[in-house]
Amino acid sequence: MITWMRRNLFRSITDTILTVISGSILGYVIFQVFQFVFITGRWEIIQVNLKILLVGRFPEELMFLVGFSILATCFSIASLASGMNRPIDQPPTLAGKLWGLFQRFGLIIATSAFLIVLAGDMAAVLFGAYVVLSIFAGRLFGIARRNTPLKRLPGWLWVAINATLPLVLIFLTMGQAALEEWGGFLINFYLAVVSIALSFPLGVMLALGRRSTLPLLRWLSTAYIELIRGAPLFVLLLLAGVALEFFIPASIAPDAIFRAVTVFTLFTAAYLAEVIRGGLQSIPKGQAEAGKALGLSTFRITFLITLPQALRNVIPAQIGQFISLFKDTTLAGVALSVFDLLNVGTAITKQDDYLGQGLIYESLAFVGLLFWVGSYVMSRESQRIEKKLGVGIR
Amino acid sequence: MSPQLSTPSKVPFFRDIRTLKWALQILALLAVFAMFYWLYGNYQENVAKSSIQTDLRFLDNPANFTIPGNDLDQSQPVRDAFVEGFLNTLRVAFIGIALATILGTLIGIARLSKNFMVRTLGTVYVELVRNLPLLLLLTFMNLAVVLQAFPRIENAWLPLDLFVVSNRGIAIPWFIGSPAQLGIGILSAALLAFVVAKIRIRQADKTGKQDRAWLVGIATFVFLVVLIWLLFGYGWELPYVDGRGTTGGLRLDPSFFALVASLVIYTSSHIAEIVRGSILAVSRGQGEAADAIALSGSQKMRLIILPQAFRIAMPALGNQYLNLIKNSSLGATISYFELTQIAQITVGNGSPAVPAFSLTLLVYLAISLVTSLVVNFFNRRLALVER
Repeated sequence: MITWMRRNLFRSITDTILTVISGSILGYVIFQVFQFVFITGRWEIIQVNLKILLVGRFPEELMFLVGFSILATCFSIASLASGMNRPIDQPPTLAGKLWGLFQRFGLIIATSAFLIVLAGDMAAVLFGAYVVLSIFAGRLFGIARRNTPLKRLPGWLWVAINATLPLVLIFLTMGQAALEEWGGFLINFYLAVVSIALSFPLGVMLALGRRSTLPLLRWLSTAYIELIRGAPLFVLLLLAGVALEFFIPASIAPDAIFRAVTVFTLFTAAYLAEVIRGGLQSIPKGQAEAGKALGLSTFRITFLITLPQALRNVIPAQIGQFISLFKDTTLAGVALSVFDLLNVGTAITKQDDYLGQGLIYESLAFVGLLFWVGSYVMSRESQRIEKKLGVGIR
Repeated sequence: MSPQLSTPSKVPFFRDIRTLKWALQILALLAVFAMFYWLYGNYQENVAKSSIQTDLRFLDNPANFTIPGNDLDQSQPVRDAFVEGFLNTLRVAFIGIALATILGTLIGIARLSKNFMVRTLGTVYVELVRNLPLLLLLTFMNLAVVLQAFPRIENAWLPLDLFVVSNRGIAIPWFIGSPAQLGIGILSAALLAFVVAKIRIRQADKTGKQDRAWLVGIATFVFLVVLIWLLFGYGWELPYVDGRGTTGGLRLDPSFFALVASLVIYTSSHIAEIVRGSILAVSRGQGEAADAIALSGSQKMRLIILPQAFRIAMPALGNQYLNLIKNSSLGATISYFELTQIAQITVGNGSPAVPAFSLTLLVYLAISLVTSLVVNFFNRRLALVER
């Protein structure tokens, strides 16, 4: 311990001074945060407005659909994850397993527990219990697949079975409630997920187009990518807000959420295309040549050989792009007056009960917490996936 | 009788790979044209219906609004407002890029420090800031820090009696005289200091002594500035509270401060990660060689590691600079009068939306292009010349 301290804190006089300075900054910040969270913070504003922060004006009688979607998603993820083959080099000890679980899910569990405590009613506690139950059920389902005749199922069918239930529920939820009633964190989540799903294929196409040997396709893709990358997202959103109705006939009548999804998709696709292009460039020529030697068509070489490897090589950068999309969904709130989490967060401090009491700290801290946990968990998972797929090793 | 080898009969033109390739491309081009034609047709139709201008004539209309901290007249044309917004964007971009680079580099180095406390501080900063939306930081800076934590003007903070900090902005000591005089003075001093430092380096190369070029350069610069100050009687002016405002010095808008602070905080966390990665990417042998010739820790960093790390970091840094410039458009959300805000206001005042925002986008595109040209120039200068 003493040796560690001497090595890491007090190597020399300058080092000691640095330790003292940065230690006191760190200590002061921790003290202030602690004081704010547990003593001076007045969290009732969050408690009262918890529902509107999380789901906006989503109709109460349809909330069970949202709940079921979350449960089904947990179930599917748990069963798919337990179906994956794990590395066999060294079976981890129980403590090691627990530590790994804590590292991966500790933050999410802590945040969920915090939300349940904040909601403070029986329904929230019950819901938490259901989530845990569904995760256990999912794991059992996954284990059952490995040890029963179910293992003869082909992989794609297994994934399809698991993905069906949550997708059906999510689409049902979307169909039931009008999008104008969505709000809060739900809208950020929805915008991010839909735009990610739509921008990914577009990004792949643009990247392939930019690497294509066909000049016209290459020029078109390049022009698109560079034009979008030179424009600020905020201005594009503003433009979509005031100008889209000039370009699209009134019969289609895009609402604010549709506009936001369109802009986020077109914008992210351009950045994603550059990331994927980097991945494609990292694949040695020999791969495509080997494909040609086997007599595969260009289409098959791309989609079976080069593209999968390229996508694998740039997983962190892709997920980084998705994280920044998730964070950028807040821009839709200001540019298009969508009632998103940040907008709700600033709006609740102007309610009659809380006006002029300086509660902006509490409300922004809560908003920040949700975004921070979401982004942090995503970036952690991307590092884990990268390690698991053995990028740079295999 | 040997089997007849299939003679390469002529491939029909519709299965010829060259025809197919061109057909595909022309098809793609036609699809794009068709989409644009459709969009343009709709646009023409809608414009005709609502009789809105489609050209840039609106730039000559009177602006009908004022920009705080600027003597723009209400009757001056929109064009002048756009120019002023453009200058404000450049102001934020220059100051933001300079500060974010310095802060980001320091934090990136701190994250690799052998000192546990320094390392932890750097990690906490980066992990905290990087995962928050920029708009959240900006809203926090504007609503929570500037408008709430900063005192009212009556009991403004006066750190060292040099600054005046209140929720009406920050006033700093500033030079008396026209900006041109200031610019010429500083530029000539900097030029002379640069020349002196260069001569010093050349001498040191001959004699083999330490050059200390930075020290000499900065000393020359300070000396010349003081000399100009004494000779021509220019001076600094301290700001002081004067009723409901401040007099003297240079007053920075509260929104300017909030925008620059949040941009710097956000971008520096990204730059820190780039710098850290680049330092790790400098081969270990370089540091070991520096140790072997007994350079001190700071010499090793300054002379050996960082120059090579910046060569690696340059393209990624350029991207961050571009992001910072584009993100400065968020100033519109806190009423800082930069380009986007001006466009938004003129559109609100009745200028046609499509041309106004298209013009804004083009200006951003131009700024981005110029920035990436500059970055590429430095990148080529710094690149390792390989044979």
